[in-house]
Amino acid sequence: MIPIVYYLALAVILFSLGILGVLLRKNAIVVFMSLELMFNAANLVFITFANYFKTLDGQALVIFVMTTAAAEVAVGLALMVMIFRVKGSIDVDQMSKLKG
Amino acid sequence: MSASLVVFLILAVIAVAAAVAMLLSNNTIYSALYLIMNFLAIAVIYLTLGAPFVALAQITVYAGAIMVLFLFVIMMLGAEKFSEKEPLRWQRPVAIVLGLGLIGEGVYVLLTRIGTQMLSNTATEAMADPKALGALLYSKYSLPFEITSILLLTAAVGAVVLTRGGKREEKQ
Repeated sequence: MIPIVYYLALAVILFSLGILGVLLRKNAIVVFMSLELMFNAANLVFITFANYFKTLDGQALVIFVMTTAAAEVAVGLALMVMIFRVKGSIDVDQMSKLKG
Repeated sequence: MSASLVVFLILAVIAVAAAVAMLLSNNTIYSALYLIMNFLAIAVIYLTLGAPFVALAQITVYAGAIMVLFLFVIMMLGAEKFSEKEPLRWQRPVAIVLGLGLIGEGVYVLLTRIGTQMLSNTATEAMADPKALGALLYSKYSLPFEITSILLLTAAVGAVVLTRGGKREEKQ
């Protein structure tokens, strides 16, 4: 028997670390990995409550989140390859062409 | 302390340590490998929560497919040795304060709103059954399932179109 708060606290910590990664790092690939970390934290909450309420719906939603994350990564990395070809760098600070 | 609590704490420490190491590592390849470690720890937590199908999907899809894609792109771009310049020095402390604030808010909500409900780690057989999960996906969630397939198709086509467009631009 483990208090449900422990799992939720782990998810909160992982999500906040993901936010920190998005804010702190300038390498766009690491920013993407931090996004994956946040997806993972959300999935952990889904699985925790699926166990708590004894229902499978949480697990089904996690499958959807995973497929969405896979699609997002495919498009995002393709974008990154494009940006690298044009600019020669994937530093997020240098992606400022649209700045007014 | 029960055995399941010890297992959970070890896994939680591994997951958080791997996430912190991912953020702090300068080499992007190390970051990716630490993230895989984090995914594996979370997958084992899924196992202890009685979701074996999701745990194995996590290992194959996240730690396998997605992270291989990441490593592939990192090595293709040679991105592991990019140094990070710091043009905005004030940004870092502000980000750290905001991140810690978010953690504090989350902990506050957990402590005040979520009581001391316990999670029984004895998963019922129906919960851990991949057959039941598949039946649920194809009955109650059949419409989202189909939409997800369209999403995946769009993403695959989009990735191909994006990278082809880059080539054409280079030739001109």
